[in-house]
Amino acid sequence: MNGGDRILGVLKWLVITLTVIVCAGPPVYGFLLSLRPFASVAAAPLSLIPSAEEVTLEAYPIAMGEYGLGGFMLNSLQVALATVVLAVLFSVLGGYAAVRLDFFGRRSVNVLFLGVYMLPGIVLAVPLFVLLSRVGLTGTLIGLVLVYIAQTVPVALYMLRNYFIAVPASVEEAAMIDGCGRLALIRRVVLPMALPGIAATSLYVFMIAWNEYLFALLFLVHDRPRWTVALGISQLTEFSVPATVLMAGSIAVTIPVVAGFFLAQRLLISGLTAGAEKG
Amino acid sequence: MTSKRLVFTRWGRRLSRSQRDDLHGRLLVSPTMLVVLVFVVLPFLAVLVLAFADVRLVDIPRLSLDRLTLTLANFQSALGSNRFWSALGTTLAYAACTTAGAITAGLVVAMALRRPFRGRGLVRALVLIPYVLPVVAATTIWKTLLNTEYGLVNAVGRQLIGWEDPIAFLTTRSQELGGIPIPVALVTVIAFEVWKTFPLAFLFITARLQVTPMELEEAAAIDGAGKVKAFFHIVLPQLRGVIALLIVLRFIWSFQNFNDIYLLTGGAGGTEVLAVRVYEELVTRANIGTASATGLLMTAMLLVLLFVYAWMIRRERT
Repeated sequence: MNGGDRILGVLKWLVITLTVIVCAGPPVYGFLLSLRPFASVAAAPLSLIPSAEEVTLEAYPIAMGEYGLGGFMLNSLQVALATVVLAVLFSVLGGYAAVRLDFFGRRSVNVLFLGVYMLPGIVLAVPLFVLLSRVGLTGTLIGLVLVYIAQTVPVALYMLRNYFIAVPASVEEAAMIDGCGRLALIRRVVLPMALPGIAATSLYVFMIAWNEYLFALLFLVHDRPRWTVALGISQLTEFSVPATVLMAGSIAVTIPVVAGFFLAQRLLISGLTAGAEKG
Repeated sequence: MTSKRLVFTRWGRRLSRSQRDDLHGRLLVSPTMLVVLVFVVLPFLAVLVLAFADVRLVDIPRLSLDRLTLTLANFQSALGSNRFWSALGTTLAYAACTTAGAITAGLVVAMALRRPFRGRGLVRALVLIPYVLPVVAATTIWKTLLNTEYGLVNAVGRQLIGWEDPIAFLTTRSQELGGIPIPVALVTVIAFEVWKTFPLAFLFITARLQVTPMELEEAAAIDGAGKVKAFFHIVLPQLRGVIALLIVLRFIWSFQNFNDIYLLTGGAGGTEVLAVRVYEELVTRANIGTASATGLLMTAMLLVLLFVYAWMIRRERT
């Protein structure tokens, strides 16, 4: 081992340490701040670890109640769940068709979806704002859900397609000979086998809808009771809301995403083992 | 499923099965097609029209196709404004720097985590944090970190490093450092984007590294080539494909990024990119026409980039 390689060995650990600090640091910092009274943060910004007597969880109820983040989270939950259910339903049907059925326009579907994926959101935002204002759907959560479905279905369909390809066609043919209709076939045969894929796709769609900011800002900014949580937190930073409360809000929006990851991971693993048992 | 009953002869059966597949296929894709047509294709056609129309936000309730008169004024106004050209410059600098930064960081971390060690799984999971953290949470935390009064970065700078004044990272257009002007706010939003997107580059490169055999490098080591040499001559050439793909994807996404910049700076301090311009034209100036024209110009530039990429791939193959 020459000298250069030894330096590299040291560098490697330096990189790893730095990576961990840079990646985990900001959320940990946010969490620690959310546990301190704001006066203490302002007085001693360098003392990161809250002392035992000053630790308080009061920023959370203040953020949820007084500043209305609890209600905003409920709005976001409704929007995200509605988007997941509809987008996954549409993409299951469409994805199955794209894999199994030879229909007119099958190829153009792919091109269209790639185009959707590459088109800048901000460019679509202008006409969508105009069109939805025209039919009175801005200022409603329904308008937001419809836009989110259109934004997520192409990728969801693409993701699911890969899982459907893995389902053997022979099983389906057997079911069809037994007199199983197309929809029953999808529900009883294809869906259970593609469950891990559906879990992953649902998580992806949920994250997009839960985190989305631009369309929520354009459609709902004048309509405070309907704010989603992403919009709510960003609007609160404009007012003089204590940083500790903002941090509590930021940690709170993150929790459903983290929970989703753990849940999906369990589903992914159980889906895999369920397949293995039937061998 | 009545079409199943159409079976009469052997010949007819074949025909009806393909017909049935065709019908079912179209029916099953129709919800997806409908939602994409109404919320993507139709708006895109609308932007093509609106870019050539003189429409303000107040005109929306009375808007109808037959009343629109077409004009090139929006493009003249967009292309004639200095803000458009400076936003284009900012966008290109932002997209190029974040792309290069994210891929370099992803590559370095992927190489550092290549060989197994205790706790590697945990480190890999931690690397993904910036990528999965909701944007709004991430920007709020960064804004607090960089706050001039109680933020950690300025506290460290003033109390430990000895800065005289706090640095307003998110609003300072330019600050001299050893005689060189630094665009502080722009560098900050680039740093944020690199932080947020390098995990994706890391994932792509790690996946590629896993199918890269180590034998060649080991042979090179026996021949006395150092690791640095082995990296540049053996590992990096194998990563060419994945890095090219990452450059294209990251550049396209950074080029059209709105959320991260708007949430951090609102476009202040020399960070106004084209996406923020479109938003400003629409919301602040209430001018749908110029907003659409600016957006359309943005899309055209992206299309040109995509064509160049497609052309380069083609040329490489032949």
